[in-house]
Amino acid sequence: MHSFSFARAASLPDVLAAGAQPQTMFLAGGTELLNWMRLGIVSPERIVDIGRVEGLDRIEPLPDGALRIGALVRLNDAAQHEAVMRDYPVLSQAILKAASPQLRNLATIGGNPAQRTRCAYFRSEDKLPCNKREPGSGCSALHGINDRHAIFGWTEACVAVQPADPPVALAALDAVFVTEHRDGGRRIPATEFHTLPDKRPQDHNVLRRGELITAIELPAPAHRSAYLKIRERESYEFATVSAAAALEMDGSTIRRARIALGSVAHRPWRLKAAEERLAGIGIGDRAALRAAIEASFTDARPLSHNAYKIPLAKNAALRVIETAARMPS
Amino acid sequence: MTTSSISRRDLMTTTVAIAGLSVTPALSQEEGSGALLFEGRPDIAFRVNGVDHRLSLDARVTLLDLLRERLHLTGTKKGCNFGECGACTVHLDGRRVNACMVLAASLDGREVTTIEGLASGDKLHPVQQAFIDHDGLQCGFCTPGQVMSATALIAEGHAGSDAEIREWMSGNLCRCSAYPQIVDAVRAAASSKVGSAG
Repeated sequence: MHSFSFARAASLPDVLAAGAQPQTMFLAGGTELLNWMRLGIVSPERIVDIGRVEGLDRIEPLPDGALRIGALVRLNDAAQHEAVMRDYPVLSQAILKAASPQLRNLATIGGNPAQRTRCAYFRSEDKLPCNKREPGSGCSALHGINDRHAIFGWTEACVAVQPADPPVALAALDAVFVTEHRDGGRRIPATEFHTLPDKRPQDHNVLRRGELITAIELPAPAHRSAYLKIRERESYEFATVSAAAALEMDGSTIRRARIALGSVAHRPWRLKAAEERLAGIGIGDRAALRAAIEASFTDARPLSHNAYKIPLAKNAALRVIETAARMPS
Repeated sequence: MTTSSISRRDLMTTTVAIAGLSVTPALSQEEGSGALLFEGRPDIAFRVNGVDHRLSLDARVTLLDLLRERLHLTGTKKGCNFGECGACTVHLDGRRVNACMVLAASLDGREVTTIEGLASGDKLHPVQQAFIDHDGLQCGFCTPGQVMSATALIAEGHAGSDAEIREWMSGNLCRCSAYPQIVDAVRAAASSKVGSAG
C-alpha cells in the first residue's frame, strides 16, 4: 500500500472542507477503500476518518411514514432495525444477503452504494486494459471472460455491473441519497446514483470530489416487498442476478409494482415497461406476469458468455413478484 | 540442541520486524487542511484484551498487522488480507470484524478482544472447548477466527437452527472443510448458554 496521511474528523464541516481538497478520500467502514488501495485502484494522499462524525449514525422516522437512515449506520444495524424489518423487508433482506456478518459490522449504509464493480479485470492485481482503471485502455471483458457481466446498458467501453445488493432494494423503493458538499448538498434518487458507461466509463457514480452521502431516505413503507438473490453458493457470494420488488395490492390484484434487477447493468435496473403492464394483473395469472416482464427485456443484449442471464433475470423477476405478494400487508 | 531456545515464532517475528524497517518510509511530515491535522504517523490509545496501549504507527497499518507484528498477538491469523476469509476475525467494541479491514489509526479510544483474550487463565472459553470436543478443526489455521465469530454469533442470538448457524458463520472459510463439526461445536456451545467474549 502507498503512503498517506490520516486525520480523524469530528464534525461535518471539517469533513467537507478536507474532502474538497485534491487527493483526499473518506474512510467510513473501510471495507472497500482498503482493498482499493491494496490493489492500486486509488492512492489518495490524505484519508479523512469520518467514523466519529456526530449525528450520522441514527435511524429516525420522518413525516408521512418515511424513514431516514444515517450514512454511518452499519449494515447489520440497518437490516435488523425494527422499522426497517417491519416496513421495508426488501432492504433488510438485501442487506443480510450481502457480504459476511463481520463485513456488515464494518460497512455502512452510506458507503455501500459506492462499492465499485467486482469485474475481475477492474480488480486485477496486475493492471489489465480497463477503461475504469485507465480511461482509453480498452475493456478486457468485452471479448474476454464476461459471464458475470452486463446484459443491459453496456457499451463497448465497459460491460461491468454494479455488484452491491442494498442499492437494488433502494432503487425499487425509490429511496433518495442525501448528500453534503462544501458548496452545497443535493438529493439524488437511488435510481440515478450509479452512472452508465456511455459517457464517462471510468465513473461509477455521480458523486463529485468531496461530496458525501450523509443519509438515505426511504419513502412510505413497502410491506409487500422482497429481495431474491441468485448466486453460485448459498451464502457470502455476489449475485449472479438479483431482483427486488415492492408491490401495492388491491386484494389479489397488483395496483402498483416497482421492480429492480441487480448485477445485470452498471446500475440497479428498474423494469419500467414491466411495471406499467403489471398494474391491474392478478397475482395468480402467471402467464400475464411473464408477458409483462417480457416487455422490459426487448433491449437486453447478451455478451458472449452471459446469455443465460436473460432467462435467469426474467425468472428472478417473476419469483420476487410472487414472493412480495405473499408478504403481510 | 543449542538452537532450541529460539522458537520458530521468535525467529519469524525478528525477520518480519527487520523487513518492516526496510520498507517503512519516514513519513513524519504533518500537514494541515482546514481544521484537521493530517499525520503520517498518528498516535492511538486503545485497549486489547483488557490491556491499555499507547503507540504511534504508520497510517497504513491495519489492526491485523498491529496485533501480530507490534503486539505479538499472533493468534489472529492473516489469511487473504482482503476481508474474504475471516481468519483475522476479532471483536471491536464487542462486535466481530475482519481485523485486516480496519486501519489501526482509526482505533483511538476503542477496545479489541482477540483469541488470546477469550480464556480465563488456563480455563478455555466454552466455545474453545466445544471446538475441541466436536473436532471443529483440522489444520487449525482458521480456528481462532472461527471461535471469535462463533462467540459473537451466540451473543447476537443467531444460533437458532443449524441453517442459521451456517448462514451467520459464512464469513469464516475453512479449507479443511470442517464445517459440519464447526456447526456441531457452535450448536453445543450455544445450548450450554455461553455468551460473548465479555
